[in-house]
Amino acid sequence: MKDKYDLIVVGAGPGGSIAAKTAAEHGLDVLLIEKRSEIGDPVRCAEGISKEGLRQFIEPDKRWIAARTKGARIYSPDGTKIEMAEDMAGSEVGYVLERKIFDRVLAKNAAMAGAEVMVKTRATSLIIEDGFVRGIRGEHIGEGFEIRSDIVIGADGVESKVGRWAGIDTTLKLSDIESGAQFLMADIDFDPNYCDFYLGNKLAPGGYVWVFPKGKHEANVGLGILGSRSGGMQAIDYLRRFVETHCPDGKILEIIVGGVPVSAPIERTTASGLMLIGDAARMANPITGGGILHAMDSGMMAGEVAASAISRGDVSVKALEEYETRWRSTIGAVIERSYKVKELFMGSSDKELNGLAHTIENVDFTELTIGGLVEALIKKNPKLFWELRHLF
Amino acid sequence: MVIVDRHKCGHCGACVAVCPVYAIELVGTWIEIGEECKECGLCTQVCPMGSLEVGT
Ligand SMILES: Cc1cc2nc3c(=O)[nH]c(=O)nc-3n(C[C@H](O)[C@H](O)[C@H](O)COP(=O)(O)OP(=O)(O)OC[C@H]3O[C@@H](n4cnc5c(N)ncnc54)[C@H](O)[C@@H]3O)c2cc1C
Ligand code: SF4
Ligand code: SF4
Repeated sequence: MKDKYDLIVVGAGPGGSIAAKTAAEHGLDVLLIEKRSEIGDPVRCAEGISKEGLRQFIEPDKRWIAARTKGARIYSPDGTKIEMAEDMAGSEVGYVLERKIFDRVLAKNAAMAGAEVMVKTRATSLIIEDGFVRGIRGEHIGEGFEIRSDIVIGADGVESKVGRWAGIDTTLKLSDIESGAQFLMADIDFDPNYCDFYLGNKLAPGGYVWVFPKGKHEANVGLGILGSRSGGMQAIDYLRRFVETHCPDGKILEIIVGGVPVSAPIERTTASGLMLIGDAARMANPITGGGILHAMDSGMMAGEVAASAISRGDVSVKALEEYETRWRSTIGAVIERSYKVKELFMGSSDKELNGLAHTIENVDFTELTIGGLVEALIKKNPKLFWELRHLF
Repeated sequence: MVIVDRHKCGHCGACVAVCPVYAIELVGTWIEIGEECKECGLCTQVCPMGSLEVGT
């Protein structure tokens, strides 16, 4: 550990590791810190990711791909099935990862590009001087330290404090966070070719149940409920109930829990000497809760902007505006649109969800574009879908 | 004060994200609740495991 770096990245999730790798490849002296003793563990994820999305960042490798699926099946509360081909089904469907290995490989790649990596190392506050973030304070295996840097990237996930320390309020309202629980299950009945989704206010209010295959005999069976809709029952209680009725004989190999931000784009993700990325910047998709790709994408952008700002000798909030502009026009536009759709559907009753499923039951999703789908929906159900017409 | 059942907690950090006064810290495999806590109960609602409770 040195006492000064060009860039410190806090958090070695997919976002932080890609940011560190990108910046190191651009010649910066980078430190990547992770508070856990094992990168990627415990997992807080259903591990679904689109094939095309993933390939933008890394060549798929069978060491960390647990399953390849060919599509998604969505079940409405009355069991009506809608099937979508994998490339139509959004950023969460395609491969199912083994994130414990995936996250570690991404951190290793950052290290191979020249970044220094420190685990069991937790940031506890920022060094702020003259309105500029100039490094972090923290502890490494219980020992306090202070390290300076020109820029700090906050990649510290859903529990992010880095932004808050710099005066950016990233607190989530209960209606803007999904509370999730998941079992890795063996000995259950499922089709390893599909990612399955179950909708319904009784199953998962304000969220959905997922069954994502992890090979032929195991699957991630989990659900998310909207924080504001928990009403006395927690996510784990809903999950136990689902498992009791759908796969009572299954064996539980792992229990994991987590929170996913499902908010609209936040107002600021930069301050002088600071950028926030991924879940720390609340970039997960408000409809699906998928956040791996947005974390990696924003990580790459922040790594590039850090390199160019430092080479110009200007890390002021004005210089970092380039990052704000880039993520807002891409990731931000997606989140904005999805958030509107989420707000529109969040209050839907089971009857409305069934009606919706019946409307599109026979649509061929291998041929239809999203725009065409929305048009078809408006024709059949003008009241509900009229508000969507500007979004696509 | 908010009481944590450490045997139930899955150290996921969801509670940290909703606390309006930043009173919670996920240290490693446990959480700590600071004096700032104003007993609003938001964290107890979001906790997937039901490991938090506003107590006296
Ligand atoms: C139940 C559940 C299911 C999900 N399913 C999917 C899915 O199927 N597909 C998908 O795309 N997304 C899914 N997500 C979302 C996805 O997991 C996240 O969006 C993604 O991990 C975000 O990556 P990140 O790098 O921003 O943050 P993270 O992966 O959360 O990494 C943040 C890291 O920062 C570390 N850290 C935090 N604070 C500090 C500190 N002070 N000092 C040092 N280190 C720190 C943490 O320990 C952590 O390792 C799911 C989430 C949950 C909870
Ligand atoms: S009760 Fe409210 S103030 Fe106290 S820790 Fe929980 S969320 Fe924070
Ligand atoms: S939300 Fe619950 S399970 Fe998650 S860290 Fe907080 S107390 Fe633990």
